[in-house]
Amino acid sequence: MSKQIERAGIPVVHACSIVPISKTVGANRILPTIAIPHPFGAPNKSPEEEKKMRKELVKKALKALATPIDEQRVFSSEQKKRNLDCL
Amino acid sequence: MAHKYRVLYCLNQFFGGLGGEDKAYQPPQLHNGARGPGMLLEKLFPEIEIAATLVVGDNYLSEKTEEALREILALLTPCFAAAGEEKIHLLLAGPAFNAGRYGLACGAICQAVQEGFAIPAVTAMYPQNPAVAEYRKAVLIAKAGKDVMGMEEALRTMAALALKQLNGEELLPDQDNYISHGQRKNYFTKKPGAHRALDMLLQKLAGKEFHTEYIMPVFDRVQPAPPVRDIASARLALVTSGGIVPRGNPDRIEAASASRFGIYPLKGLSAFSSATHQTAHGGYDPTFANDDPNRVLPLDAVRELQSEGAFGSLHEFYYATVGNGTSVANAKKYGDEIAKLLLADGVQAVILTST
Repeated sequence: MSKQIERAGIPVVHACSIVPISKTVGANRILPTIAIPHPFGAPNKSPEEEKKMRKELVKKALKALATPIDEQRVFSSEQKKRNLDCL
Repeated sequence: MAHKYRVLYCLNQFFGGLGGEDKAYQPPQLHNGARGPGMLLEKLFPEIEIAATLVVGDNYLSEKTEEALREILALLTPCFAAAGEEKIHLLLAGPAFNAGRYGLACGAICQAVQEGFAIPAVTAMYPQNPAVAEYRKAVLIAKAGKDVMGMEEALRTMAALALKQLNGEELLPDQDNYISHGQRKNYFTKKPGAHRALDMLLQKLAGKEFHTEYIMPVFDRVQPAPPVRDIASARLALVTSGGIVPRGNPDRIEAASASRFGIYPLKGLSAFSSATHQTAHGGYDPTFANDDPNRVLPLDAVRELQSEGAFGSLHEFYYATVGNGTSVANAKKYGDEIAKLLLADGVQAVILTST
């Protein structure tokens, strides 16, 4: 879905927890998230903290959408801008 | 009496009989003897004896693959150290069918074990399983059906392939029904290449069947779309494969192998809640998403950032399907249809969330 939307010319950030799948399927902007059953959630944290983490992740997603890239990139949590080879 | 091959068998929490998504974070466990499909495997192949079964949760391995693999190798080391009658000859994993996390686990364990212990490791998957692209070159992957209906056939293919590999017999992807490693092999033929190429061309011209000798890989890659120029004024849309739908799942999106996607309004909605929305996804523990659907599709945070001016406006609908064993062809179709709707509304950026 990510690729077809991007084919139409709209940038997509794929926010997911299993980065290898996103990489092999071929999403271009990949944002690693918290966990498989709750990508934008942290149920072990207080509601305030959880909301803060969620908001930070969405901010990162928006930043990724505004970032020029030439090839697939994982916008890793350490903010290191690693260029990952396409498989 | 046929020679016994002692096998270590790897399964996820489901096939290992520990439980469903509630046990998806299960750390690796080693059990004596066969479990689940391992019992069928021993029945189908009397020469195989399953010495032990490794069971590991899908999420545990997919989320922290490197750490989980280290743990698994440590757990397996004593098994592989055994000699004589106790010696392990082979590792089998799966079949993982079209399950993405299970496929990744099988591929990763096979690769780590064959490198770490120098014993053959074989798994089985549906050719479109996303883990195939990751592991096809390093691991022998027998072809399996899409789902558990193909269990017996997949076990037969996987074990036959493994025994051939163990006996040092020659393997060929078509004949042995496994996913090609993409390797070329030199051999002598009676007909030189020019003749063979012309034969192929004549067959093609006559509209008859012909087989290429070297299949070119197909890479379906998309050029990255240009970034959003001015995020502060951009129109954003939300899409999810995590199955977040209005309560009651009005479109009856299937929990697995979804045959459709839903279009749901966001107008006037500042957040999802357990009273208004739920997940329809059958491939993960729904507890956290049902308690607070924003954990899968973060509408509450998106709305807050909108009011703070972090982006311009939000498209008034969101799109949802269940990405659980959904075919690539269907996902493509949904993506195309969604893209048309987004373009018509002037959407400039998309956040797509997956579980």
